[in-house]
Amino acid sequence: MTDRFAQYPGTPLSEGDFENKSVLFHYDEMHGEFAWDTGIAIRRYLDALKQGFLLGAHCRKCQKVVIPPRIVCEWCYQPMDEFIPLRDTGTINTFSLCYVTWDVQRIKEPEIPAVIEIDGASPRHGILHKLGEVDPRSVHVNMRVQAVWKTPDERTGAITDIRYFKPITEVGR
Amino acid sequence: MKLPALDHSNPDSWRGNLPITNRYTYGLAGERFFRAIKDEAKIFGTHCSKCNLTYVPAVIYCERCLNRLDEWVDVGVVGEITTFTLLYMNSDGSTRQEMDMIAFVRLGDGGLIHRLGEIDPGDITIGMKVEAVFKPPADRQGSILDILYFTPKD
Amino acid sequence: MAMRKVAVVGAGMTRFVRRAQETGKELCWQAARMALDSCGLTMDDIGGVCLGTAPDAFDGVHMNGEYLSDGAGAWRKPYMRSYVGGGTGVFVPIQGWYHVASGLFDVVLVVAEEKMSSYYPHAQAAFLTIFDHTVERPLKPNLLWIFALEMNRYMQTYGISKADIARVAVKNKRNAADHPCALLGDKNITVEDVLDSEVLAWPVNRLDVSPVSDGAVALILAAEPAARRITNTPVWIEGVGWTLDTAYWTNRDLAYPRYVEYAARMAYDMAGITEPRKQIHFVEPYDPFDYKELHHLEGLLLADKGCAPQLVADGVTERTGNMPVCPSGGLLGVGNPIAAAGLMKVAELFWQLRGEAGTRQIPGQPKRGLAQAWGDLMQVGTVIIMGV
Repeated sequence: MTDRFAQYPGTPLSEGDFENKSVLFHYDEMHGEFAWDTGIAIRRYLDALKQGFLLGAHCRKCQKVVIPPRIVCEWCYQPMDEFIPLRDTGTINTFSLCYVTWDVQRIKEPEIPAVIEIDGASPRHGILHKLGEVDPRSVHVNMRVQAVWKTPDERTGAITDIRYFKPITEVGR
Repeated sequence: MKLPALDHSNPDSWRGNLPITNRYTYGLAGERFFRAIKDEAKIFGTHCSKCNLTYVPAVIYCERCLNRLDEWVDVGVVGEITTFTLLYMNSDGSTRQEMDMIAFVRLGDGGLIHRLGEIDPGDITIGMKVEAVFKPPADRQGSILDILYFTPKD
Repeated sequence: MAMRKVAVVGAGMTRFVRRAQETGKELCWQAARMALDSCGLTMDDIGGVCLGTAPDAFDGVHMNGEYLSDGAGAWRKPYMRSYVGGGTGVFVPIQGWYHVASGLFDVVLVVAEEKMSSYYPHAQAAFLTIFDHTVERPLKPNLLWIFALEMNRYMQTYGISKADIARVAVKNKRNAADHPCALLGDKNITVEDVLDSEVLAWPVNRLDVSPVSDGAVALILAAEPAARRITNTPVWIEGVGWTLDTAYWTNRDLAYPRYVEYAARMAYDMAGITEPRKQIHFVEPYDPFDYKELHHLEGLLLADKGCAPQLVADGVTERTGNMPVCPSGGLLGVGNPIAAAGLMKVAELFWQLRGEAGTRQIPGQPKRGLAQAWGDLMQVGTVIIMGV
């Protein structure tokens, strides 16, 4: 660093400083409650989930099928031509074995998030979801998986209407 | 496969929340400012000699010239009402049970926004001198609420 | 394009600490004051102020740009806040650059600040809201997922091992031991230390991740005639670039950051650079995770796809190598106060190019360096090229 400065500002504190109350502090919370409009495309996506299938959107000009569906093609900036149903099977693009929850709690059995390229969508077009009914050590990229759905009564029109994806068990392999 | 018709009984909005908790430190100036309120029942400002201004609450830099401020000044506990308002409503739109009187009290070249107490709302005037009333020492936490309210100075 | 030449003429920064006592305003002021002192200017010399700070939720102040403005010297001055997530630290000097290059201002103060420690209990939880509220948050995702998923795809696509990647963490944390403001500098750390650290979200281990921090950095930018009056060694901004990719991050090839390439091409074009690997002498790519340094080197076209790990293994990216990478110690070593981290890299370019980097100095009098930052939903690339 430049020799002009012998010292740098910034006063580090430790967790202990808060526990001992050697510094003054206080907590405050924000409670933001929201009702987000699902919009034209996601409304249909959620509707499709409730009915037990995955929905994509198709742009004829770019020859792309994307998921989740949207009303505008971000490549050519024209309206999407149509919504189309897709299969509920796919290929793992990538995955992780996560031992920490969103609020930094440690867990023993890992959650297995994955990006799953959905059959019927363009290559590299997938959704975020989780894997289940699978040994974490056997998960690999390019693994074939299928959705495990809640029963029709349990479904509410949410991404969690799919409980998780599990490996496709193919006969004879 | 033909797309089934949209089910209009399904909700068209998704509900959720933004849970945020923050733990605020008071800063280098704030630490000293609030400790003076807590331990000594005193209100301090800091003075910029270049700009000839006394900032209240105290700060470690002058916002105009960005010089470091080291000169701490006891600005006393008596200030002048610069403006005030009478609150009848809560932040969620419901009616308050008791009306609240809020004023900006000039201290030094800055001041504090706080409550007024022991005064009839009809008697509040802009320019009147008011004095800080502190909580008993044992109840003070090092918070702006260690001052209960400002009340007319006879 | 009729644009004026713009130089960085002064810089300052606070230490990057896990929890600072200072308020966000005070951190801004400390960095701004140091930057002014470094080149002998006062607020009377400053025409306008640009400030970058990332999500308001971290500092816990709504409209954080407005809140921090007085600490950043914006009293009665034209003032703008910019925000592109982690890319902010390199975007805010770009914003300062076009303030001056356009002819509107002669001297501009650029500040970047973050006080992540305010978010309680841990800043990571704030990132829950980065995911789509309707189709992703119900899965209770975790910021680590995004990085782990991207890292795994990168490793899988090119056959890169965790050890290859861990070398980056080792290099940067060792480099940071020479940075006076560093939070996690460690002269003795080894690849084994990184691989043995706690698995958070495989393939990410604890030491693969940069730490949550508080801090602020400030730069002073000036137009050519003013720059030459202020200092004998102005460092010129030769190229800038920025690009945003799709927010649908699951619809993209995670193995290659094309948004970094687009931003880099914009900057290379402007700087007249046709052979980056020869013409860029040292690089400060964004390294919040160790694999990102490799990912970004490839996006910057400084390594072929999948080949950046070889550069690290061959020692090319050490301070004494042919193309030093993160001589500062990067985010992995110095710390990661989101917006301030990127600006720290730009400040590093400034100090290195003037020969003022102390024990971090790259030998051989480098003439041109590049800093890059990244962020938002893994979608923004911001690039700046500076030279003497």
